[in-house]
Amino acid sequence: MFAYLVRRVLLMLMLLFLLSVSVFLLFAILPGDPARLTCGKACTPAIIESNRHRLGLDEPPLTQYVKFVSGIFVGRTFSADSPQPIKCDAPCLGYSFNRQEQVMSLIARSAPVTFFLAIGAFVIWIVVGLALGIFAALNRGRWGDRLIMGISLIGYSMPSFFLGLLLVFFVIIKWQFLPFPAYVAPWENPFQFFQTMLLPWILLATLYAAFYIRLTRNQVLEVLSDDYVRTARAKGLPERTVVVKHALRAGLTPIVTAAGLDLAGLLGGAIISENIFSLPGLGALAISSIIDSDLPLITGITILTAAIIIFANLVVDLLYAVVDPRVRVI
Amino acid sequence: MTVVQDTAAGFQSAALTGGRSLRQIIWARLRRDRVAMICLVVLVLFYLIGIFGPIVGGMVGIDPYKFDSASISDNAGKPVLDWGGISAAHPLGVEWGTGRDIMAQLLFGLRISLVIATSATLITVAIGTVVGIIAGYSGGWTDSIIGRFMDLVLAFPFLLIVLALSGVLTQRLTQLGVPEGNPSRILYLILVLSVFGWPYLARIVRGQVLSLREREFVESAVAMGSSKRRILFTEILPNLWAPILVYATLTLPAYIGTEAALSFLGVGVLPPETTFGAMLATSVTYFNVVPTYLFIPGTALVILVVSFNLLGDSLRDALDPKAIH
Repeated sequence: MFAYLVRRVLLMLMLLFLLSVSVFLLFAILPGDPARLTCGKACTPAIIESNRHRLGLDEPPLTQYVKFVSGIFVGRTFSADSPQPIKCDAPCLGYSFNRQEQVMSLIARSAPVTFFLAIGAFVIWIVVGLALGIFAALNRGRWGDRLIMGISLIGYSMPSFFLGLLLVFFVIIKWQFLPFPAYVAPWENPFQFFQTMLLPWILLATLYAAFYIRLTRNQVLEVLSDDYVRTARAKGLPERTVVVKHALRAGLTPIVTAAGLDLAGLLGGAIISENIFSLPGLGALAISSIIDSDLPLITGITILTAAIIIFANLVVDLLYAVVDPRVRVI
Repeated sequence: MTVVQDTAAGFQSAALTGGRSLRQIIWARLRRDRVAMICLVVLVLFYLIGIFGPIVGGMVGIDPYKFDSASISDNAGKPVLDWGGISAAHPLGVEWGTGRDIMAQLLFGLRISLVIATSATLITVAIGTVVGIIAGYSGGWTDSIIGRFMDLVLAFPFLLIVLALSGVLTQRLTQLGVPEGNPSRILYLILVLSVFGWPYLARIVRGQVLSLREREFVESAVAMGSSKRRILFTEILPNLWAPILVYATLTLPAYIGTEAALSFLGVGVLPPETTFGAMLATSVTYFNVVPTYLFIPGTALVILVVSFNLLGDSLRDALDPKAIH
């Protein structure tokens, strides 16, 4: 197990390295000169040049990359030789010249919104997905199963933004059950927080639950036809014990894997849901950084998002190895 | 050589004496599946409309580019009639501000949506199959390197990268000689969908090849001294069509949805051209007043995607050897 753990962690570090290098290279071709964004209307070529030097943007990409990575671990100082150095503490993901703020603190401000969005939706979709999936599997072929599978197929086929717009149209505009979304932190105004998050949660949970219902149903059906389930039934265990303790536990591994990766993907920002419901989360921050050509911010968010996914991959793999020892050989 | 041919012929005749070939069995299963047949008809219709709709539309006089100032009011360009200006001349209404016919836009938009999703699926299948076969058959270092490369591609935040790079890469395509504007933007969409989509299929194919390469017919081909290329593409590839077909049928609707989402976020085609996603993006400004802008392209999109998904599901059931029929 230990050797497996070491191998997986090394692999993760290598992936992170390759990924950050490729993001750097990819974004090196972007237009939008970060130095140009430092001075707004007051820009003259001379100021741009001196700012470029101050911020280390005149250095070759490799040097910039090394400084970026070391900034994550030990922090860094921009324009060290000027009267007003900009100190960026570890973990430093860069400095947005456009917003005159550290990338990390911009992310830290948006991250809670995305976190609440993702966690809330996650809880709903797991509960609904597992419950309906098991129900459908146990009632295979009956009308309950067909109804659930039909609804989940439509949910699965529904483009996220179309469903989002439908929710906005009916719930907010036409029936006026809810006001237009205006995000506040839960500790400031819990009621308004729930009012704002309700539709985004429903939107994301519907899209994901549709997939989890199908996945759970398939898993349970597959396991229920296995020999050991027949044995369990044959020795007279109550049906509930057979389903919950035998079938579900064995069928749960792929569901856990998918759930871990999906949650990680969402934590990196739900661009479309945040866009439709005007939530100031990571996805919205990413979009506005792209619109502003705010290179350090785009790079920071992209690398952070990818790192979350890679890390989640590792966690899921390790969990898998704990549950199923056969995996460790691979 | 003759021995192998004889064996192959033997297998074939065995299959024939058993009744029907695999292909026939699957087709028979599909034909009995009413849902699958309805979806197939709907999809054929969609494709026919995509191909010939604009031509027919031109003959009956609907034109997505023609402004109809009579159908919109002077006040902010709102359609004169209710329901987005639905009338005999414009069965699905007219666009806000220009009076362009919605039905004609739907027909032309369908064509672009289908072109993007279909080409991207074909490229995805080509790359995914070739890479998957090579990784699965070679094993060892080649397999590891390809595997890690796929991990890398899958770890990229797709939407972020595609949005961030769209401006620059579209320009690059123009510099490479692709006509400026929508042709470049369409090609960009096709390319990014394929580039980020192939690893999923490659993984499936690799898994299949891992078990296929241990089978006797591959062993005998190796023993005969067949070239690697021949083993990969003449011996192994024909055994992969079932999972590839199922995957392609389920990827196409996913791409239609992704393309729509990207158009919604502003990466897709520019007016006067349009796609379902672009029409939905435009609808956001007006749908509190004219809800049909939202419902018409949205419904068309959902019908298209649902049909593909249902067909893919049926196909998977039909191809599943474990299925009880």
